[in-house]
Amino acid sequence: MDRRRFLAGTAAIVVLPFDSAQATPEAMAAAIRKVVGSSPVREGRVSLDLPPLVENGSTVPLVVSVESPMTEADYIKAIHVFNEKNPQPGVFTARLGPRNGRAVVGTRIKLGDSQKIVAIAETSGGQFWSASADVIVTLAACLEEST
Amino acid sequence: MANVLVNAPKTAKRGSIVEIKALILHPMETGFRPGPNGRIIPRNIIERFTATWNGTEIFDMEMSPAIAANPFVSFFAVASESGTVGLRWTGDEGFVVEERVSIAVE
Amino acid sequence: MKVLRLGIGLAIVFAASWALAQGIVDKGVTDKRRSGTQDMGEALQKMQDDDTANPGMLFVQLGGQLWGKAAGAAGKSCADCHGGAASMKGVAARYPAIPKGTDAPVDLEGRINLCRTANQQADSFPPESRELLALAAYVAHQSRGLPIAPPDDPRLAPFRTRGQDLWKIRQGQLNLSCAICHDDNAGRKLAGVTIPEAHPTGYPIYRLEWQTLGSLKRRLRNCLAGIRAEPYAYDAAEYVMLDLFLMDRAKGMTLESPAVRP
Repeated sequence: MDRRRFLAGTAAIVVLPFDSAQATPEAMAAAIRKVVGSSPVREGRVSLDLPPLVENGSTVPLVVSVESPMTEADYIKAIHVFNEKNPQPGVFTARLGPRNGRAVVGTRIKLGDSQKIVAIAETSGGQFWSASADVIVTLAACLEEST
Repeated sequence: MANVLVNAPKTAKRGSIVEIKALILHPMETGFRPGPNGRIIPRNIIERFTATWNGTEIFDMEMSPAIAANPFVSFFAVASESGTVGLRWTGDEGFVVEERVSIAVE
Repeated sequence: MKVLRLGIGLAIVFAASWALAQGIVDKGVTDKRRSGTQDMGEALQKMQDDDTANPGMLFVQLGGQLWGKAAGAAGKSCADCHGGAASMKGVAARYPAIPKGTDAPVDLEGRINLCRTANQQADSFPPESRELLALAAYVAHQSRGLPIAPPDDPRLAPFRTRGQDLWKIRQGQLNLSCAICHDDNAGRKLAGVTIPEAHPTGYPIYRLEWQTLGSLKRRLRNCLAGIRAEPYAYDAAEYVMLDLFLMDRAKGMTLESPAVRP
């Protein structure tokens, strides 16, 4: 009697938008290694702007800003963003140059679950700088059933 | 019908840095979701977004299925000379959309 | 037994938090009603307010393209009869309404489809189709910023009353009514989400969960699925009745279409 109701009630809350296939912190580390090779990755110069509490993981605004003069002599040539729990660890790679003036990129991403996001900036001199952010994706209620 | 919204200033001072924002209608189907019949819906994403200023590439973004549906991208550019900013989105299933905006540099 | 069952249900559903809705923002001193916009975080509010960041505007743009496009055996576009978009100002703020020559109310999407079939002599758009939503968004966008103003038509009253009854009736396996969540517990948490007051201020809305634009009908179907009830058929009059009741309940609130919602 009440058990069925209880199960129905929990089912309404526990359905998650993604299943099985999932990156892991290890997969993310491997993907990062692929980009940076054996170079050291230092924390700093990068800031990662994400809402700390995400109301819906399907569309999460994100801005990556990197401190750089963005001159011919010294600029950010790429910004890479990674996650550890979506099906794949890579989110995007942006390629920039001195003609951007500012090393700032904004977009919106999907997050299947609460997790760590890492942004890595690659300088024209071949250095890597990074920032990370822990994002909490709140559990949605009353998800639509696929009909 | 391509549906794109671009926000860039119509005029800019020479050497100033302007922000360009672009939004495009696209499902960004991840290739990881089952459809109503239980089968995986095939991946259909935009893989690349490229921006040029008078033909010279100034910005490029490789996208993954983790980019949200109806992708939004914002970036900056130095207003070097008057001309055309070309935006191009390419992706799965032969998806190609191009949009141009003019910026007058004073 | 019934009490126990309700207790368990409510305990599950509302366990997370009892944080009450915070400050009553603007809107004069007496109006305590909250649009869903006020329950969203800053990032989503900014997304809604910036026309080149609000994905709903892509549909408004598409609707504008369709507005000028001839369709059906009559070979007419919306613009051929209605002229520019300005003619639609205020329309979304007063729908649902009873179209001339008929005796039953239709919602905005229903009105668009009446134009399709009667005037353009074209097939009606399927529910939730991109074209129908785009045209609805285009029309509704013309009323953005206007107060919701249901028409003063006495023939609407029985439909509205029926809508209110539907709002209050318990349904589904969870045995909940719309009112239990959105009147009695609005502002509290359901799972991680603030329960909104459910004012239809921004339809059609770009709902992040859907990753696309959707109608009030889709939202109501979501709610019905959420309480484990069987949603009414797509063409059921119940949706229009609920819409009538909700628009009256939100009378005077500002239309924000196309709104962004989580």
